[in-house]
Amino acid sequence: MQDNFHSDGPIERKFRELANRADGVIVAYLMGHDPDPKSFMANAVSLIEGGADILEVGIPFSDPVADGPVIQAAGTRALSAGATPRKILDTIGELSSQFTTPIVVLTYYNPILAMGIEQFMRNASEKGVNGIVVPDLPMEESDRLRDIALRHNIDHIYLAAPNTSRKRLVSIIEKSRGFVYLVSLYGVTGPRDTLSPQALETVKRVKSLAKGRVPVSAGFGISQPEHVSSLLRAGADGVIVGSSLVRTAAEHLDDPGEAPYYLKKTMTALKQASRQGGC
Amino acid sequence: MEPLRVLEEAYHRFSSDPLFKRELAGWLAGFAGRPTPLYLAANLSRHAEGAKIYLKREDLLHGGAHKINNTLGQALLAKKMGKRRIIAETGAGQHGVATAMACAALGLRTEIYMGSADMERQRLNVYRMKMLGAQVHPVESGSKTLKDAINEALRDWVTNVEDTYYLLGSVVGPHPYPTMVRDFQSVIGREARRQILAQEGKLPSAVVACVGGGSNSIGIFHSFLNDSEVKLYGVEAGGHNMSPGKHAAPLVAGREGVLHGMMTYVLQNAEGQIEATQSISAGLDYPAVGPEHSYLMNMGRTKYVTQTDSDAVDAFKQLSQLEGIMPALEPAHAISYATKLAKTVGREDSIIVNLSGRGDKDVDTIARQFPQ
Repeated sequence: MQDNFHSDGPIERKFRELANRADGVIVAYLMGHDPDPKSFMANAVSLIEGGADILEVGIPFSDPVADGPVIQAAGTRALSAGATPRKILDTIGELSSQFTTPIVVLTYYNPILAMGIEQFMRNASEKGVNGIVVPDLPMEESDRLRDIALRHNIDHIYLAAPNTSRKRLVSIIEKSRGFVYLVSLYGVTGPRDTLSPQALETVKRVKSLAKGRVPVSAGFGISQPEHVSSLLRAGADGVIVGSSLVRTAAEHLDDPGEAPYYLKKTMTALKQASRQGGC
Repeated sequence: MEPLRVLEEAYHRFSSDPLFKRELAGWLAGFAGRPTPLYLAANLSRHAEGAKIYLKREDLLHGGAHKINNTLGQALLAKKMGKRRIIAETGAGQHGVATAMACAALGLRTEIYMGSADMERQRLNVYRMKMLGAQVHPVESGSKTLKDAINEALRDWVTNVEDTYYLLGSVVGPHPYPTMVRDFQSVIGREARRQILAQEGKLPSAVVACVGGGSNSIGIFHSFLNDSEVKLYGVEAGGHNMSPGKHAAPLVAGREGVLHGMMTYVLQNAEGQIEATQSISAGLDYPAVGPEHSYLMNMGRTKYVTQTDSDAVDAFKQLSQLEGIMPALEPAHAISYATKLAKTVGREDSIIVNLSGRGDKDVDTIARQFPQ
């Protein structure tokens, strides 16, 4: 691997470490405090034990326009259980004190603004957050948040879509720290049975522009181990699996104690695929 | 961002194209019924015991509201851009109906997102949209109202962006929508300014309009922005009362925030979650407002006030009985405020109220409140 990623945070170190073993990174997403803080904690631990390389935690927003029904419902459950950004960051603090797995937070812009960008990032950094994704904050408006995040050693991870222009992609690659979050389809989050026709092509396009300066991870619509191996074979440095894990957790709402077993099993299978698919 | 950039570029190209302008003017005149009259509500003025109250009669437009000004403009733009499928959100159903009308006339396929709670409240408009050939998708997420319909339309747009045009109904959302919708609606103010000068020989002392997303108000305000002697009042929905969740007045009671791709005043809780809203008029039932209103308020050019549900119902009855005009419950908020304002203004002066829609759609709601 010729990759020489430009930041030296825990996220890019993780990508480098795995690339050296010809493995790809699996970013595993769960909605924070879904369905309640205790079950979320147990689910997150099961993903880490199942081999998740990076944990991505959602902070719910009432109007999540980038998310499909599965994650929307998870956000609604978390909010009804009383989730707030502060409480979820506290739980992240517990996770980061027990595990070395890098942690990324995904939330929308308004909850961050409501707390104050400075205060949000300081709090997040103290709790061990390593990266942040804000899907409704376009690059053109992002400088302030990015500066504050970087000052608190939090990588600002930008999204790129299949129809993002070359010019914008170049800036996104330039500004992204941690990784570039590649949206592998036209649409919102949610598990799909097959990879979108744009997915592999988009990975190749972004990888060739990134030139190893920042890792590229593909997300949205990825649920199967085969998806993981084909994306990694196409050149992705990592994949993000979200809705399918959230759905697995949601299948056990009547008995949340069951969910960790299934999550760990799913995670193990995804991780196995990454080891085979990485190159 | 890419589709927004493409849209912005197309809008700039066509909005300065004389052929496009002529074509749109033709549709507005022949199909929608422009210009609309500026009508002196003499009985209401006498009753208010103050300034002369003029009504800008957008209620007389095809479809019964100002919405058609925007839907014709955008549908024509979509057609020029080569898009075949149009999606739109709707709250009360007025924008959905106006979209379905414009698209039927222009031969475009239409799908409308509408909160299932709103579909229940506005059943007649659901039938109207279907009769006009549109497909209506119920939205079951969140509060099942307008904001959720916008969320769902945005999700559809990012999924089907290649062949689909998102026809947004108000001066909200990401750029260029607030600018574009304002431009299409500013025909209201251009006419009103010309008409009041012709009828009164001078400018009005105030212009009053209701504010939900803010398209009819920005439409009538825009031509008066440079006339500093003309006061501009936006009337938000005071709902039941001003406690959280009981009204829809982001400019009066909200905080700066980001929703639907715009930074503006938003009704939200301490953690930045969007708050529920309540208003008797579905068209004002939205937790945010067009960003240009926020800007104008911060500059001090416009003032925003609230009127309650019962103020609006009183004004509905008053205008119906005094003038023989049933206003929609949305502009009834503006009528209510204007009659109070008129008392503070001299009889030789005038006030223009934007009567943005007719009240037929609200007869059910009124009847439920007053069974006799």
